[in-house]
Amino acid sequence: MRVWKLSLTAALSLGVFAALASLAYGQTEPAASAWTTARWSPYLCGAGIGVICWFTFLLSGTGIGASGAYAQTAGMIEAAIRGKDRVWNRTFYSDTGPGVDWLWMVVAGVIVGAVISSLAAGSFQWMLLPPLWEQAFGPGAVHRLAVSFAGGMLLGFGARLAGGCTSGHGISGALQLVVSSWMAAACFFIGGVITAFLIYP
Amino acid sequence: MLQTIRSNKSVQLVFGLLMGVCFGFFLDRAGVDRYEVILGQLLLRDFTVLKVMGSAVIVGMAGFFAMRRLGWVEYQKTHGSVGATIPGGLIFGVGFGLLGYCPGTMAAAMGHGALDALIGGLPGIILGSWLYVISQKFWQSTAERIIPFGDITFDELFGVSRWKAALTCAGILVALFIALELAGY
Repeated sequence: MRVWKLSLTAALSLGVFAALASLAYGQTEPAASAWTTARWSPYLCGAGIGVICWFTFLLSGTGIGASGAYAQTAGMIEAAIRGKDRVWNRTFYSDTGPGVDWLWMVVAGVIVGAVISSLAAGSFQWMLLPPLWEQAFGPGAVHRLAVSFAGGMLLGFGARLAGGCTSGHGISGALQLVVSSWMAAACFFIGGVITAFLIYP
Repeated sequence: MLQTIRSNKSVQLVFGLLMGVCFGFFLDRAGVDRYEVILGQLLLRDFTVLKVMGSAVIVGMAGFFAMRRLGWVEYQKTHGSVGATIPGGLIFGVGFGLLGYCPGTMAAAMGHGALDALIGGLPGIILGSWLYVISQKFWQSTAERIIPFGDITFDELFGVSRWKAALTCAGILVALFIALELAGY
């Protein structure tokens, strides 16, 4: 019974993916294979993400997200270092403690999906410095890593205080017309635009 | 049937992974897992991020409200307050500008080999999340109590039907896209 359900879910998801991929194929130039075209129309990709939301709301009862997975990871790391008791008592985690949940698997999947996409398009490349950054600030690795680390910390903390990130609020919450989600998404961009203009005047 | 699927943990984990793979694939093909594209958006030169998010909202909304009408799906709304949502959003925004990825696109960036996401951003975001987790009680008794507005939606706020609110929202987004395309972005 369980195997049957698993394969049904897998087949259904792959079906949607294949349908969307073939849709995209029709829209790109016939000479180039859509599979190896590095960039697709942003509207098409957005629509695909919207369809993913249909399936997650229907079959998992929730929309897509990302940031919560990092809080689970933080709890799992702390539990491994300091022992379960301290972490399990925190109100943030449910009675079962931090662990690999649905959202954690979504984020793990995002990494896999991007690996597949970039390998197929030939755009996979280990790269420490984004070209735009290197042009402006030179080849120093320490600066970029320090700024990335600080940025990551603010992202993690801010997402938890606001109750979600660009996916959870900006897509899943926004599509349900939730006021807090639109307010959060607006603040993400206000903070981001100000910061970007300060970095690249 | 739906309840059986939703409550089966192993099915959910496999399904979550599959949905994540599709999500990551689209993020990478849209290019929004690139530092240049995110900074381009924040510097208001390249509107790819808004186009992706806006079309996801329009398409997602159509399916969500149709399925809600059929009774297949339920709302999953986040509560907010002026004291937590706005500062939290702004702090997130500063991190967004510094790192050049958001939590979802950072995972996708790791997938195409971005080491600044893997070595810098990932430990940072885990530490930042942890800092909130250990101080959650403090924020719950301070920031989150400043002008809380719960999980109200726009249709409730303006006292209009869901369909009217959804169509207005979709209309505004489509108008924005047309304006962006006409302006050559």
